[in-house]
Amino acid sequence: MKRKSFLIDTTLCTACRSCQVACKQWNKLDAEATVNRGSYENPPDLTPQLYNQIQFIEQDKGDDLQWLFINRRCMHCADAGCVKVCPSAGALYHTKEGMVAFNQDKCIECHYCVNGCPFDVPRYDARQKVTKCHACSDRVQNGLAPACVKACPTQALKFGDRDQLIAEARAAGKKLYGENDLGGLGVLYVLDDQPGTYRLPKNPAIPASIFFWKDVVKPLGILGFWGAVGVAALHYVTVGPQKFDESDDPQHKGGE
Amino acid sequence: MTNHWIDIRNSDVILIMGSNAAENHPISFKYVLEAMDKGAKLISVDPRFTRTSSKADLYAPLRSGTDIAFLGGMIKYIIENKLYHAEYMRLHTNSTFLVSPDFKMPGELDGLFSGYDAKKRAYDKTSWNFQRDAKGVPKSDLSMSDPNCVLQLLKKHFSRYDLDTVSDITGTPKEKLAEVYKIYGSSGQAGKAATIMYAMGWTQHTVGTQNIRTMAIIQLLLGNIGIAGGGVNALRGESNVQGSTDHCLLFHILPGYLPTPKASWNDLAKYIEKSTPTTSDPMSANWWGNRGKYITSLLRAHFDTKLSAGDGFGYDLLPKLDAGQNASWLMIFDRMFRGDIKGFFAWGQNPACSGSNAGKVRKALGKLDWLVTANLFDNETASFWKGPGVDSASIDTEVFFLPAAASFEKEGSITNSGRWAQWRYQATKPLGNSRHDSEMMNELYFRVAELYKKEGGAFPDAITKLSWNYGFKGIDGKIQHLDIHAVAKEINGYFLEDKVVKGKQFKKGDLVPSFAYLQDDGSTNSGNWLYCQSYNGKGNNMARRSQNDPSGVGLYPEWSWCWPVNRRILYNRASVDETGTPWDKNHPVIWWSGSGWKGDVPDGGWKPLNQAGTRKSFIMLPDGVASIFGAKMKEGPFPEHYEPLESPIEKNPMSGTRINPAIKRFYEDGGLEEDAFHTNDQRYPFVATTYRVTEHWQTGVMTRNTPWLLEMQPSMFVELSPELAQEKGIKGGDMVKVSSGRGEVEAVAIVTKRFRPFKVQGKTVHQVGLPWCYGWSTPNAGDSANLLTPTIGDANTMIPETKAFQVNIEKRG
Repeated sequence: MKRKSFLIDTTLCTACRSCQVACKQWNKLDAEATVNRGSYENPPDLTPQLYNQIQFIEQDKGDDLQWLFINRRCMHCADAGCVKVCPSAGALYHTKEGMVAFNQDKCIECHYCVNGCPFDVPRYDARQKVTKCHACSDRVQNGLAPACVKACPTQALKFGDRDQLIAEARAAGKKLYGENDLGGLGVLYVLDDQPGTYRLPKNPAIPASIFFWKDVVKPLGILGFWGAVGVAALHYVTVGPQKFDESDDPQHKGGE
Repeated sequence: MTNHWIDIRNSDVILIMGSNAAENHPISFKYVLEAMDKGAKLISVDPRFTRTSSKADLYAPLRSGTDIAFLGGMIKYIIENKLYHAEYMRLHTNSTFLVSPDFKMPGELDGLFSGYDAKKRAYDKTSWNFQRDAKGVPKSDLSMSDPNCVLQLLKKHFSRYDLDTVSDITGTPKEKLAEVYKIYGSSGQAGKAATIMYAMGWTQHTVGTQNIRTMAIIQLLLGNIGIAGGGVNALRGESNVQGSTDHCLLFHILPGYLPTPKASWNDLAKYIEKSTPTTSDPMSANWWGNRGKYITSLLRAHFDTKLSAGDGFGYDLLPKLDAGQNASWLMIFDRMFRGDIKGFFAWGQNPACSGSNAGKVRKALGKLDWLVTANLFDNETASFWKGPGVDSASIDTEVFFLPAAASFEKEGSITNSGRWAQWRYQATKPLGNSRHDSEMMNELYFRVAELYKKEGGAFPDAITKLSWNYGFKGIDGKIQHLDIHAVAKEINGYFLEDKVVKGKQFKKGDLVPSFAYLQDDGSTNSGNWLYCQSYNGKGNNMARRSQNDPSGVGLYPEWSWCWPVNRRILYNRASVDETGTPWDKNHPVIWWSGSGWKGDVPDGGWKPLNQAGTRKSFIMLPDGVASIFGAKMKEGPFPEHYEPLESPIEKNPMSGTRINPAIKRFYEDGGLEEDAFHTNDQRYPFVATTYRVTEHWQTGVMTRNTPWLLEMQPSMFVELSPELAQEKGIKGGDMVKVSSGRGEVEAVAIVTKRFRPFKVQGKTVHQVGLPWCYGWSTPNAGDSANLLTPTIGDANTMIPETKAFQVNIEKRG
């Protein structure tokens, strides 16, 4: 199976937000109550009910004005911090197309993936289970394009074989963001300005602590985990259960 | 649209002005961006920098209501720099015609044309006539140098619209004007195409019709009508507004743009005599000369076919207009307000939010005895009696709500902006008790007819003699399930008796192949002559789905069906020279093969213009050519800048005539307090305009009830510049009050550089903008921007001026 990717050409995006709605429709995500805060951008950020979002960026360009739009979502990294950091095998995983999907049944609610993501993407729903764009893995496995791509009227959103998308963009003389970062992102961007303008890291990287966790501590940790279980069992047997002081319970603080 | 959506991809220059296509016609941008990918330039002209502007090569701002000045400057630029397509103009327009030497223009008459009667506020158009020869054919000067010829008059008239003057009216920086003119004017070369995409930003003004006339003149000067990638393209605001207009949505026309009879046209012969245009020019096809066939076939479709020629085929049963009667939108609600209208069907509409001066509309609804609303959801019209500030106990109106099926719950045709009638199918059954509109009408018809039979009443024949053969009739004589195909076939038309036409034998009951076969002796019927061919012996042509494009320019002649006679680009005989050779060899629409036309269905099948027996290329006009000089207009044969009814400046910088001299002035003609206006008034110092947003549709009845859409645009907002915000102490996200002489709305402030102050007549003019998609029935969404808009309309159409008016804005205390 060849690796698939999104190609998001911001120069073709008209911010019609069909992608935002189509995603909600396909994934059966509820609408959320929002308020206008003096901007078209709404909801203001990704939420457990919002897997992709159009951001609106207004800026001066010489004497003229620029209004830039970008579709923000999970970047489906090859070297994915969230997958790396996840202690529960299979809760976050790469599909055979190379996209990062999730299995809520295996999610142990640890929130590690939130810190492991350099793009601030994973969210936790009301059941405290991980959720985010999974590239409509159910559609893709059945030969369909993701819902957002199908809904896009201008082909600002494309989905296909990664190599081919890159080759086409190159042939059209377009510069790509994310081609080689983190083992190659599963969302490639054509940008109209510097990555920083779009609130994208110039050189995205997994936080150093995660690298340390995954590649150094975790192998040791597996050993350590069982060691710790043994120590705890010993402690329980010898000392007994811990008693919590009720005044430390945040629910009982009140009155602030 | 003279052209169609896909054809936009053939353009070299795309001007989007008076519309915001990226936001309100998002699919069109597929084709706009495709054209740009091939090197086309996109120009966005708008008071506000929009999502359309964000994709444009060039953005130029203008103050709302100054489009004629902006485009007038372009006409001057094109003529003075000789960018026009002279050969095209000589062949296909009236630019060579000589006008009466008595004709005078606004430059000489302080903003008026000759013939103005100040008392009647109307023109005696005698001096606007062409000079004609003994046979009655207009005199021409092919060199276009005679001072009385149309081109020279046009040049003289628009010579007043120099860059300084225009910039001082529009507030557009001069260098931006010059850049727009240069890029757009480049399309005058043969082989280049420029298109205009416009919508309500042009029509909803007191000079709306003339806004579009100005652009039509530009397109004719540059040879852009009839060609691929050209045309004058109205982007319709609803998926089927083209279809509803074709089928007589408006009071002044019957289906197929046949004029509504006047009370003084007392029989069918008189109707035909009075409404059929004539020509003395043997070179003019004057296609409307066929009017008798079309009206007769329409009557045969409307009424019982037992009615004979002696009965005028039922002509007496058609509604007639009283002398001088105008029954357009503003008049309906004015009369309703005055208590002259007792009952009203608000069918698929929400006038309590969509109507200009919505406060007056809401009060008017309370004067009705009964109101029927047919809609998908409850809305501000259906529930007007419990709206904000309404004392429900004082309302006596009986309100009925008919739940309607949504588009995917019913089968039928819709006609898009490109005139394509496309058949679509029922995807799912209507929810609950909701019904297809046609079924509601069917039920209404049988019940009303029964009441007439039982109880009698005034003028029953108009109902009881309707022909109603749209399905199987039960033992009670009623149709239980209306067959929408039967309606579509009747719109196409049948032979009502055996008949030989053009050497072909037809049998009674045969579908008419196309409108060229319609008859004026009562032997054919057709519910709309323009749609004759849509559903004929070849089947339901609207349901065709072939993606063949033999032309290579995206005509797709076997995808759906397009009026008239499947012609995809109107006026396409102007896309060729007198030998029948396309101006643009790379994008040919039609071409003469030596023995016949190839390509699109030609606009009249006559030979090229240099051959004997030909007819001129604009077959619907009596002179056979396009009108650069348009004497049919109420306020003048050439467009002239007038200020909106409400304007931020005292005088019209062009002349002493401040506003369009031919409009109906509600506030003077026994006007009401509700019709108040305040121009150049410090209480309402800021220009305002209204618009739609991508996330909501029309008044938002469907979209405000779709939570995903409300999530993206939750409530009423007003956009204003940082400069104005600072002046008024407003920050982004603040709640503000926007007020006009008619009402006020609360809105969230969006402070954005996408609005900038204008420099007009040496002073700073601020403009704000508001969407009109909200209404009080959606919690926390706010109310309609139309509470602010005025009671005033265009001189020719009476479309309300909602796109330029004056407001004040204050931070909510």
